[in-house]
Amino acid sequence: MPDNLPRIVAVLLDGLPSTVIAAVGGIALTIVLSFAAGLSLLARRRAVRVLARIYVEGFRGTSEVVQLFWIYFVLPVLVGLQLVPLYAGVLVLGLNHGAYGAEIVRGAVQSVPRAQYEGCTALGLSPAQRMRRVILPQAVVEMLPPFNNLCIQLLKSTAILSLITVADVTRQGVQVLIPNFGPDTELIFAVMAVVYLVLALLITAVMRVAERVAARRVGRRPTRAARGSTVTPAGAR
Amino acid sequence: MPVPSSVLAAAAPVWDWGYALEVLPDLLRALVVTIEITLLGSALAMALGLVIAVLRRARIPVLDQVVWAFVEVVRSTPLLVQIFFLFIVAPRFGLTLSAFLVGVLALGVHYACYTSEVYRAGIDAVPRGQWEAATALSLPHSRTWTAVILPQALPRVLPALGNYVISMFKEVPLLLAIGVVEVVNAAREAGSQTFRFVEPYTIAGLLFLALSYPASMLVRRLERRVGTV
Repeated sequence: MPDNLPRIVAVLLDGLPSTVIAAVGGIALTIVLSFAAGLSLLARRRAVRVLARIYVEGFRGTSEVVQLFWIYFVLPVLVGLQLVPLYAGVLVLGLNHGAYGAEIVRGAVQSVPRAQYEGCTALGLSPAQRMRRVILPQAVVEMLPPFNNLCIQLLKSTAILSLITVADVTRQGVQVLIPNFGPDTELIFAVMAVVYLVLALLITAVMRVAERVAARRVGRRPTRAARGSTVTPAGAR
Repeated sequence: MPVPSSVLAAAAPVWDWGYALEVLPDLLRALVVTIEITLLGSALAMALGLVIAVLRRARIPVLDQVVWAFVEVVRSTPLLVQIFFLFIVAPRFGLTLSAFLVGVLALGVHYACYTSEVYRAGIDAVPRGQWEAATALSLPHSRTWTAVILPQALPRVLPALGNYVISMFKEVPLLLAIGVVEVVNAAREAGSQTFRFVEPYTIAGLLFLALSYPASMLVRRLERRVGTV
């Protein structure tokens, strides 16, 4: 084993907090924005739909790096607010992936069968109850697999924060380690890859649990109580 | 580092049209570079992706696992890291490439790992009966692929491939990290000479929007025409 491995791992792990904060913060913001914009895309008011559409197309249509530099270098000039690099990064990661997530939410909500809406009307549920109790729980099950991809995309995007001096795993590897441990360059890249792979696996593991919980909540898979019964739950795959 | 905003606000209006027009030619030149890299990278991604997809279908022991692992690693690690990897590691093996070429290779190989999945889905969507018919006609393997399977699989994967071309276009700015003068790098250079970043970065964003929005509209129309995988 190469002598420098422990030191390489230690220096890369120094960048882990930034990468994790960026990923977790970005994912949290992405979820909020995805639902806000995704539901707005389906809103009754035209003005709301148009605003959401502008947000979604604006962020999907431009490069994430441009967005990052714009928020970090231009926004301070326009509004006099200089963000800490890490927070600027979280903001951009959330805004960018939220725009993609909005389309996931919109698509999932639209995929809920019409009969579910009719059922709600028949039961006299208010539109808010209908969305919260009937439509969203079913839509969430559809959303989770694409959201898993989106979160992994976001995790990989955290590397761009190194371009605005955030000391994340990428910056620790490329700016700190490689100039100092040149002969171990391949090893440094291998360890970096492992760090990102492990984080991606963690995200997938969390999402698998979420998928199971969400599916169980709408009875898509037999719960422990129903497992013995011979009746197949509606919509079971 | 940005200049304190109070200084700029006092010195000049927020948006200076004259300055905007001054930086535009440089940005347009950089846009051409960005498009060149996108087109070359896409060509590589489409060709290599198809090779990976066909290769993986052949299920050759060992090679199959190696290709699988490669695709998984590429898909789970940041593109920026892969760009640095190619830029720093290739010269250590005596392979000195220009930053432009590193960009084309890194983007091409990265996206090949995604397009290979698209091709796979497209190939899987061709009914089994087509394979069986080809066997019944005792078509050679190569003819089965080129005359039966791919002509049916490829139209359906076009929209998905188109979306990846658009994604790649938007990821070209990552190459500023290795010194490629694409749009964002050109904007940064223009801005750092005058300490005015509002116009260059805003124009850079608008240039991306001006190309990728119509392109994604085209892909959506294509999707409606040929369906999708």
